[in-house]
Amino acid sequence: MALITCQDASFAYEGGAVVSGLNFEVRSGDYLCVVGENGSGKSTLIKGILRLKTPRSGSVLTGDGLKAREIGYLPQQTAAQKDFPASVYEVVLSGRLAARGILPFYSRHDKRAADSGVKRLGIEHLRNRCYRELSGGQQQRVLLARAFCIASKLLLLDEPMAGIDPVMTQELYRLIADVNKKEGLTVIMVSHDIHSSIKYASHILHLDNTQIFFGKTADYVLSDVGRRFIGPEGGEQRA
Amino acid sequence: MEMFSYPFLVRAVIVGLLVSLCAALLGVSLVLKRYSMIGDGLSHVGFGALAAATAMNAAPLTVSIPIVVMAAFLLLRISENSRIKGDAAIALISTSSLAVGVVVISLTTGMNTDVCNYMFGSILAMNKDDVRLSIVLAVVVLALFILFYNKIFAVTFDENFARATGVKTGLYNMLIAFLTAITIVLGMRMMGALLISSLIIFPALTSMRLCKKFKSVTICSAAVSVICFFTGVIISYINATPTGASVVIMNIAAFILFWAANSVRESIQR
Repeated sequence: MALITCQDASFAYEGGAVVSGLNFEVRSGDYLCVVGENGSGKSTLIKGILRLKTPRSGSVLTGDGLKAREIGYLPQQTAAQKDFPASVYEVVLSGRLAARGILPFYSRHDKRAADSGVKRLGIEHLRNRCYRELSGGQQQRVLLARAFCIASKLLLLDEPMAGIDPVMTQELYRLIADVNKKEGLTVIMVSHDIHSSIKYASHILHLDNTQIFFGKTADYVLSDVGRRFIGPEGGEQRA
Repeated sequence: MEMFSYPFLVRAVIVGLLVSLCAALLGVSLVLKRYSMIGDGLSHVGFGALAAATAMNAAPLTVSIPIVVMAAFLLLRISENSRIKGDAAIALISTSSLAVGVVVISLTTGMNTDVCNYMFGSILAMNKDDVRLSIVLAVVVLALFILFYNKIFAVTFDENFARATGVKTGLYNMLIAFLTAITIVLGMRMMGALLISSLIIFPALTSMRLCKKFKSVTICSAAVSVICFFTGVIISYINATPTGASVVIMNIAAFILFWAANSVRESIQR
């Protein structure tokens, strides 16, 4: 049984469909990159997988006993968050909340998990800084650390590299590929960086308000749509 | 302090301190979630409910608490669904209940000092039952806030993330709305329907000038709120000014002080 199965799923906001005709499977240990133009329904799909949005038709099934509290999610930042008075550590630790259930306070284990999240993202020096005083890229790394410290089966990343400089971006891609390979963590990532996507991902899902391609990365690179989107080697970053 | 030889003043101070404490704690979350208007809307609904209770000769708290709690859930629903429409809907509901309240009062007791008291508060409004009830409710609010502190933080900071990882965010939003409604009803008759929302909004905004952690913002706003209320009452006693307005003036002073302190600190750092 696959971790996530989409069967003929479609999602809509008031009025028209945003994305439809979704048919794909994500198996444990996969690394799936969701690519496509702006407004092609990528973030909506991520929300659908997280059950923040119910499909208008079809279904999104989870398997392998996947529970919500085994998922690390990196949402796109909201305006209200950017000037939020909280320390970096408070934000990262809040990722552990779901693991607490109804218990009111964090345990030593939660704090250790938060510490290791902070260490992994290399933000120890920011630990006691105020979240709103950080740059966009630093904030993004804090939110990634929060996702890391709760994810035990699945990591769902919605444009994780937004605002992060090129050097750090490559480092983070390696880090994500690392946890995917070594710890068997399943990764689903929305990305605009098609070249890094095909470099690291095992599978590609290409959306344009409908599913244009789903399959192994190697097949995507050879497909018509893939070739058009990737562009000539060394050419434009995005088609 | 001779002012504490008056039993009504002691009652008012006890209720007021508890209410400002609760309001400040809840205010941090409401302000950060961009829900400040809900507090304002609820106080107007409370005004209408209070007027209706007076007209029916019913106990003010037993009538207004359920009505305001229901209004709180309604306003929360509206704000969650759509930001822009929610804004207008809150204004609609608050002016409507204000109008209903004024009409009910003028039909029954006539437009007199009662209306003024509801609008701007009266220190004489607290009786012994109010004190008992507010102590019980304040303890409940405080206990729930401490027990759910971490959840309130997570839901305030990033509702989508919390919901995605399996936290029942709707439940905690309702909890915050429920506690806010009760706090507003308790404080409204003393602070006045038009002024009570300042107890929720001011301390949070004030402490955000200086504090950099959620925990310190929370603790600081609780302290600011309690100190401002106490000094406000003393000033209103000495100068014979209305209590509610004096407390708000103290909150304004605290806000300016914190803002100035932050400006000084920033200019030193540069």
